[in-house]
Amino acid sequence: MRFSALRVLMEGLGGNAGWKPHWRKAAPRDEYDMIIIGGGGHGLATAYYLAANHGITNIAVVEKGYLGGGSIGRNTTIVRANYFLPGNSEFYSHSVRLWEGLESELNYNVMHSQRGLINLFHSDGQRDAAARRGNSMLAQGDDAILLGRDELRQILPYLDYEQGRFPVRGGLYHKRGGTARHDAVAWGYARGADRRGVDLIENCEVTGIRIENGRATGVSTTRGEIRARKIGIVTAGRSGQVAAMAGLRLPIESHVLQAFVTEGLKPCIDHVVTFGMGHFYISQSDKGGLVFGGDLDFYPSYAARGNLPTVEHVMEAAMTLMPMIGRAKLLRSWGGIMDMTPDGSPIIDKAPVDGLYLDCGWCYGGFKAVPASGWCMAHLMATDEPHPVARRFRLDRFATGHLIDEEGTGSQHNLH
Amino acid sequence: MRIPCPHCGWRDSREFTCIGSDAYLFRPEPDAPMSAWDDYLHNRDNPAGPSRDLWYHDPCGTWACVSRDTATHAVHGATGLGDAR
Repeated sequence: MRFSALRVLMEGLGGNAGWKPHWRKAAPRDEYDMIIIGGGGHGLATAYYLAANHGITNIAVVEKGYLGGGSIGRNTTIVRANYFLPGNSEFYSHSVRLWEGLESELNYNVMHSQRGLINLFHSDGQRDAAARRGNSMLAQGDDAILLGRDELRQILPYLDYEQGRFPVRGGLYHKRGGTARHDAVAWGYARGADRRGVDLIENCEVTGIRIENGRATGVSTTRGEIRARKIGIVTAGRSGQVAAMAGLRLPIESHVLQAFVTEGLKPCIDHVVTFGMGHFYISQSDKGGLVFGGDLDFYPSYAARGNLPTVEHVMEAAMTLMPMIGRAKLLRSWGGIMDMTPDGSPIIDKAPVDGLYLDCGWCYGGFKAVPASGWCMAHLMATDEPHPVARRFRLDRFATGHLIDEEGTGSQHNLH
Repeated sequence: MRIPCPHCGWRDSREFTCIGSDAYLFRPEPDAPMSAWDDYLHNRDNPAGPSRDLWYHDPCGTWACVSRDTATHAVHGATGLGDAR
């Protein structure tokens, strides 16, 4: 079933009776060429690109709950390529280019909206850092515009520019940044993978990884044993538990990050705005809710909910930056499980067990990475060679010192 | 969430800074191989459930090894670091 404007029109005239489920409910078979553990954004994208780019379709994606029920459904949907360091720079640049073609690639409306992203700065030093970052974004082939306070006032009139603590001096404007509809990204990749023959197996929790003579040969699940030549672990915040089934200890600590949404409002915030000094960022969903968040709660957690001190801190930052937000009613808050690495950058690499591959450590930045992560993980699993734009996301970089510490705060678990 | 400081008793969590896993208590010997230092600094059991992690009580300057549940946020108790090793 291909989506088109004509199809929507015809279905509308026919009482919408012709729509079918977007993917099959597959039951596990005994053996596949490859197994992807984790049916979230990254896992589904990996399966899709294995099929679409490498012609490997004898794949099972095993998911303990329902597709897209983890972090892909719990994030704040921001897409951007404003990274600085070699490793991150080329990877996120590749990801934004994939985002720009994603809807036609998948024939699926992921509501990708390049509404522009603005990082605020508040001092001469921060302005110089923003200029340097902008130059690096231009050098990597992306876009950046340095805005002074007067130019910024034209497009963000609602900020409190004169507040005493962090007066706003300007911002770094990344026009190709924006948002997308998070669930639709998972559904689009799922549908695309399914149409190419990938089995998407829901309610199937992996309980063990079988290793014979130093090689991973299959998984035990709540729906039986499944064998495969190659197994990818793409389980985000749960990476530690799944990797432990293969006897691995990862450089990952799982933390909670909270997010918030207000009641639906008429359009008032046209961009993604980040207020780094206050640990606050915000955008407005197409449904009208103001979607915003802040920093981690900063203690290890799998609870998928946070505590009130961080809620208070985020609300204070919001009121500092844009006092108008005090008139909106908060509708919901929630938490996601972040797979934090010591340097704040991800891992796409072979595991120390043959036949086992890792895609994890996305910290609080996994959503924008979904297309490139799937692209590069598929390349790694198909060819056994790292993709050029992900070659620095190595598992051993903490031992060798080849860190990718974008914040420049150090390689320690409680610093990112 | 409230955390029991070994010195001050149960206090609001916003008085504390969490540095992470109790793995930091088990520092390798100075002549240990690099792999032991890598393991100590970076690799974690990262348990989903009962765990022990290190919290610093900012007002009184006491370190606490806190027994918690990372899946429920229940806090069970805490000891000073000397007793935790």
